[in-house]
Amino acid sequence: MAGVHVSTTVNGDPAEFVCDPDEPLLDVLRNRLGLTGAKEGCGTGDCGACSVTVDGELVCSCLVLGAEVEGRKIETIEGMADGDKLHPLQRKFIEHAALQCGICTPGFLIAARALLKKNANPTEEEIRFGLAGNLCRCTGYDKIVRAVQDAAREMRGA
Amino acid sequence: MRYEAPSSTKAAVTLLTKEKGKSAILAGGTDLLVRLKGGFVEPDLIVDIKRIPAMREIKKTASGFQVGAAVSGNELGASVVKKAWPGVVEAANLIGSKQVQGRCTMVGNLCNASPAADSVPALVAAGAQAVIVGPKKKRTVPVEKIATGPGRTSLAKGEIVESLLLPKRPARAGDAYLRFIPRSEMDIAVVSAGVSLVLDAKGVVKEARVALGAVAPTVLLVAPAAKAIIGSKLDDAALDKLAAACSAACSPIDDKRGTIEFRTKVAGVLAKRAAKIAYQRAGGK
Repeated sequence: MAGVHVSTTVNGDPAEFVCDPDEPLLDVLRNRLGLTGAKEGCGTGDCGACSVTVDGELVCSCLVLGAEVEGRKIETIEGMADGDKLHPLQRKFIEHAALQCGICTPGFLIAARALLKKNANPTEEEIRFGLAGNLCRCTGYDKIVRAVQDAAREMRGA
Repeated sequence: MRYEAPSSTKAAVTLLTKEKGKSAILAGGTDLLVRLKGGFVEPDLIVDIKRIPAMREIKKTASGFQVGAAVSGNELGASVVKKAWPGVVEAANLIGSKQVQGRCTMVGNLCNASPAADSVPALVAAGAQAVIVGPKKKRTVPVEKIATGPGRTSLAKGEIVESLLLPKRPARAGDAYLRFIPRSEMDIAVVSAGVSLVLDAKGVVKEARVALGAVAPTVLLVAPAAKAIIGSKLDDAALDKLAAACSAACSPIDDKRGTIEFRTKVAGVLAKRAAKIAYQRAGGK
């Protein structure tokens, strides 16, 4: 299998890699670029644990080929905090204990950020539908919803 | 295995035509990557169509709308198509999660050829056409002619659906799509129905198209169901006839998601409800 050479941008930094033609972006991030924040839950786009954004669009990185991201801008959970300063969503997830085992958390945070970018003041229903592509087997979702509501409130300055 | 991302439809067709082994077209990838991972397909060549500008566009034309094959659910949802064809756009936006909506395409949904594809009954009801480009002449066919059975299409080697054409809407027109799923989101249709209507000035149904999903090997265009409501104001008797015609057209499978009896009955119920929504959207009272 001939390798594909790809130049891209990850969390604002240029990144280059060679991957197999059928290698998912998730595997590239984790195994070639050392960014293990995105997790593989199902590998089939059902659980959202591998959520990242590509050119600002929320996607499951298991459903994107590494070869596809030539020239694109990728953002992962590793780029969410500003140095030591956590993103409000990250802080509110901790405050509300919106995680237990933590495997789904990077995906939820990326998806929640994408949701709030499109809708700064979502209703509870909008949050639940917006995050329906992210599965959590520990929390029962309630604390996650509260954390997103609280972070949204803070981010709106309300 | 090779990955290619050509920048024109012509180059994509050449790649697919020249490939001696198996090839796969990659649009959103939300079906293809799952099949690759599961080992259900092992293509020698993957042709990514997302770098082809013509396939990334939504164009408003004199005869309606042209939606490129690589337009994602999110892009479609934010476009001018939604006002003219709310049923089509809602159907496409029901596919998967927000993550999937960032990638999935209507043409992918169509060519994946699942009988339960959400956007397809709405497209069939809308009278959408698929523009097919291949090694021979460009051809335009009704979308209901694409799937020939579960996972099978009428496309020849080297052919690609480049775009979908949605007709221009006259005044007093409306469409709707409904599906039954046991969950509230992120599920595959057990039964589905798409209805498109055009009314006359008095609110009488002048034109109708009714399509059903997940009740036969392919999405069905049910002409007797349309006939049952043309000339009516969607009174109860006409709606009952519509439901009966829909149920009569069903030849579903029995599986864990629904029995034959359930699918046959619910097809009629959903068609009725979708017709009412379409009627209301067309300004009918």
